[in-house]
Amino acid sequence: MDKITLPVIMTESTCCVTAQTVQDALPRLNQAFVTGSIPTAAGNLPRVSSALSWQDHWGAIKARWGVGRMDYAIDPGLYALGNPDNNSPVLVTANYKMSFDRLREALPGRDAWILVLDTKGINVWCAAGKGTFGTDELIKKIESSRLKDIVSHKKLIIPQLGAPGVAAHKVKQVSGFKIYYGPIRAKDVAAYLDAGLKATAEMRIMIFPLKERIVLIPIELVETIKPFLIIAPILFLLSGIGGPAGFWANAFNYGLFAVVAFLAAILGGAVINPILLPYLPGRAFSIKGFLIGIVIAIILLYLRDINLHAWPGRIEALAWLLIIPAISAYLAMNFTGASTYTSLSGVKKEMRWALPSEIAFAICGLLIWITSRLIA
Amino acid sequence: MKNSIYLKNVVTLKLNEDKCTGCGMCLDVCPHEVFKMNSKHVTIQNRDACMECGACSKNCPVDAIFVQSGVGCAAAVINSMLGRNDGECCCGSEPAGTITDKRGGCCS
Repeated sequence: MDKITLPVIMTESTCCVTAQTVQDALPRLNQAFVTGSIPTAAGNLPRVSSALSWQDHWGAIKARWGVGRMDYAIDPGLYALGNPDNNSPVLVTANYKMSFDRLREALPGRDAWILVLDTKGINVWCAAGKGTFGTDELIKKIESSRLKDIVSHKKLIIPQLGAPGVAAHKVKQVSGFKIYYGPIRAKDVAAYLDAGLKATAEMRIMIFPLKERIVLIPIELVETIKPFLIIAPILFLLSGIGGPAGFWANAFNYGLFAVVAFLAAILGGAVINPILLPYLPGRAFSIKGFLIGIVIAIILLYLRDINLHAWPGRIEALAWLLIIPAISAYLAMNFTGASTYTSLSGVKKEMRWALPSEIAFAICGLLIWITSRLIA
Repeated sequence: MKNSIYLKNVVTLKLNEDKCTGCGMCLDVCPHEVFKMNSKHVTIQNRDACMECGACSKNCPVDAIFVQSGVGCAAAVINSMLGRNDGECCCGSEPAGTITDKRGGCCS
């Protein structure tokens, strides 16, 4: 990333591309959200409005649930918001459509240029971490969009969360454009512009409020559906083997409970953990999830009215006290990736003890549960 | 919830105060108020809040800051242990309350 290349022609795949695809064609005017066009020195550029349509909202909902999320992208390049001129501010964002939509939505009635980098449909923060929202790509897009011919100033506003990928001083050195790091949240951009490109302390701090945690729940759930659909039937059928009654009677008694317990463990890690995150004890996410799992297991065992006076009942209870917390802890640990304050060093440290423990708990619990089925 | 803190005493952040010119760039890009400006140069005021995003070291014009940057994502660590997808993360956050994720293979 530190090596800066000034691409006149794209070096990769120059052999067999048409003139149109060599070096970033202009963003297409026929994208669904484009409302018109604006003539510039670089040609006709798409014009967009700050009002989102129902398709934009529907697309965002689908992406939240993981539908088409990996190609929820727009053409990279320069867009006009409203009716900008050569003095209008230039805002840089990623080509994940939700990022673009959040930005324009936050600027009603304003005229600005929006420079969209090619981040392969990934949001600003994640792309900056990978370097695709980065120094090289920014310099490339400044050139290919002919920004110098379109605006008379030399200022670029970059979202603060893009900073892990962009070296402001290097961009200045190579392109001449000075970078102003804007606020973290799009909703603050208007105030930032009005203040003369000054951010307040609040605008610069990344928080993780309930609303932002809740919107992540769908995708956390979607990710667990596949393993659930595979494991749940196995648990159900395993329950039929052994036990006092016939196969189906056993399956409906123990198996149904097993499936419910498994589902409750998933809800604990993927739903309850995000909602209660700041209020749960422990710093490590696995601890938070583990405690949720313990509570869930106790509640479920109480509701099941398990017979703790006989060994099969005791063993079954023990099994669930291991399995449910292990699953909740694992899923809670996975939420580190979505949270806004976990460091890689911290996550590695947590995982060194948490991952083996979770696996051990789950395997022991499963073996104990199978034993309880066989001796029942 | 103002600013949650993850594990303590783990981050790799290092600041060379002798090199620092006090330009204040790191104060702008840090999302967790880790730095504070003294009279002439910055100091680290809240090391445990650092999430190792690397924005400060990337934007320090005099290379006064070192941090082993990366994404604090368990799924990414598991992926890299399994040698999948270059250890990419599936999830991340984004401005405007649009914490948005992408699938990097861990969540397929």
